[in-house]
Amino acid sequence: MIAVQSLTRHFGSIKAVDNISFTVDKGEILGFLGPNGAGKSTTMKMITTFLPPTSGTATVGGFDVIAQPLEARAKIGYLPESSPSYRDMNVFDFLMFAAEVRGYDGDERLNRVKKIMETCNLKEVAYQQIDTLSKGFRQRVGFAQAFLHDPEYLILDEPTDGLDPNQKQEVRNLIKQMGREKCIILSTHILEEVEAVCSRAIIIGEGKIVADGSPEELRSRSKLHGAITLELIGVDVKDALAGLEKVQFVDRVTDLTPSAEEGGSEKNGKKVIRLRLYPMSGKSIAHETASFVHQKNWQVDGFTVEKGDLNEVFYNLTKGGVAR
Amino acid sequence: MRNFKAVLKRELKSYFESPVAYVFIVIFLLATSGCTFFISRFFENRIATLEPFFIWHPWLYLFLVPAVGMRLWSEERKSGTIELLFTLPITLWEALAGKFVAAWLFIGIALVLTFPMVLTVAYLGSPDYGIIFSSYLGSFMLAGGFLAVTCLFSAMTKNQVISFVISVVACFAMLMLGVGVFTDFLNRYLPVWLSDAISAFSFFTHYQGFQRGLIDSRDLVYFISVIVFMLAANALVLERKKAE
Repeated sequence: MIAVQSLTRHFGSIKAVDNISFTVDKGEILGFLGPNGAGKSTTMKMITTFLPPTSGTATVGGFDVIAQPLEARAKIGYLPESSPSYRDMNVFDFLMFAAEVRGYDGDERLNRVKKIMETCNLKEVAYQQIDTLSKGFRQRVGFAQAFLHDPEYLILDEPTDGLDPNQKQEVRNLIKQMGREKCIILSTHILEEVEAVCSRAIIIGEGKIVADGSPEELRSRSKLHGAITLELIGVDVKDALAGLEKVQFVDRVTDLTPSAEEGGSEKNGKKVIRLRLYPMSGKSIAHETASFVHQKNWQVDGFTVEKGDLNEVFYNLTKGGVAR
Repeated sequence: MRNFKAVLKRELKSYFESPVAYVFIVIFLLATSGCTFFISRFFENRIATLEPFFIWHPWLYLFLVPAVGMRLWSEERKSGTIELLFTLPITLWEALAGKFVAAWLFIGIALVLTFPMVLTVAYLGSPDYGIIFSSYLGSFMLAGGFLAVTCLFSAMTKNQVISFVISVVACFAMLMLGVGVFTDFLNRYLPVWLSDAISAFSFFTHYQGFQRGLIDSRDLVYFISVIVFMLAANALVLERKKAE
């Protein structure tokens, strides 16, 4: 378990991290979300013992990062932001160095390095200087170094930053696969990544935790959550608006029909209109809306219950922080 | 100890994997022998001694040692590898000592490669090997002193050029404190005990002891304590600056 207790870090008069507390258990993949400069990296640097906190502390597997930094480090695999590595070394030598420092000797050291190079698809560049590698390979070298000792705790600072879509997918699969038996914290500002990989997300703004929950829970905070997008064929917009507004629990209805220039569509010579119905807070309107449409005998082209938009939640939470 | 060795090996290897090592060694060998033969006129002296060789070491080290040491910490900080290094289970002192000793050994290797000078002087006459040995030891200790100063300034900045320039200036100051011109100047304005005390802090004063064939424990203690003091200051600077 990683337990963070009132962790605070000041840089001069700036509070980069302001009294953050949370715990992460085994089997959890925690996504750290936040705009640039929100304090994600600073928090990670403190958990990995690199940066001493101004106050508060964290424990990793029971080891306090201030009192027992070496024991804590031994349990952590860390991928720093932009995955730095000794550029003048080749991949194999670099990993051998990491393995030596991690306490492996002789055959075991060699086997570890060989195995991790296989896992991270590094065999083809084993004897190439890291400096000459592409960003994707360098990132994999960083991963290899972090996974080498099969750590219980993985801390990954923007693990998919700068990778192409295929590599991103690869990395996400790798993380998900590892997440079953490990405790992982990763930071990102890509929201789809959180939805694709994480079992839990913490949103940080201005050094404070502004939201903590599963991606679904966070999404449900969106105004869009539970709204219905309805596409009707050959129905007059005004009639539809007037009718749907009266449906039980519907808060308001907006007209999203694209104009002809925006590519408004027609089907069988009839115009398609698109409406969005927002529910009153905490209510579900799917059933009521469906029965109403059925009763009117409107021709339906699309009916979507929105899950909510993480982008919107993120924007509102972190922008609210700035305004304060 | 184990991690000290791992860091040392990695550092030493990285010297020889970049052209820096070869450029340094070639320039060091050319400069030492060039000075000995062309400026000190080794052959014309007709004396079987390596004094005209060792007399140049402080002045060559003044530029060459900061050139070797300038990257030690500034490069780690600039490229971010310092974050990697200090999140591996390595203590600050293991890393510090490992890097310092690697660079010192590297200069030692360059120094050992000057052995043809010894062969030359042995072929031409019968030199005092005791003096040659103590001079080599003194030269190595002096390089260690310069290197420790450079290490400290290398930790203070991410920019290698700044680290080089400040190190050269600081090493120059440490050297000049004991050089005749400067001590004469001090003697004129300060009481003798004070100017003596100041020159006692100089690399030059303590290097000269070895040149005379004396391995004085005070000179050894001086260099070792300068190195330890500089590395301790280095540790403090790193603690404060590593995350910047």
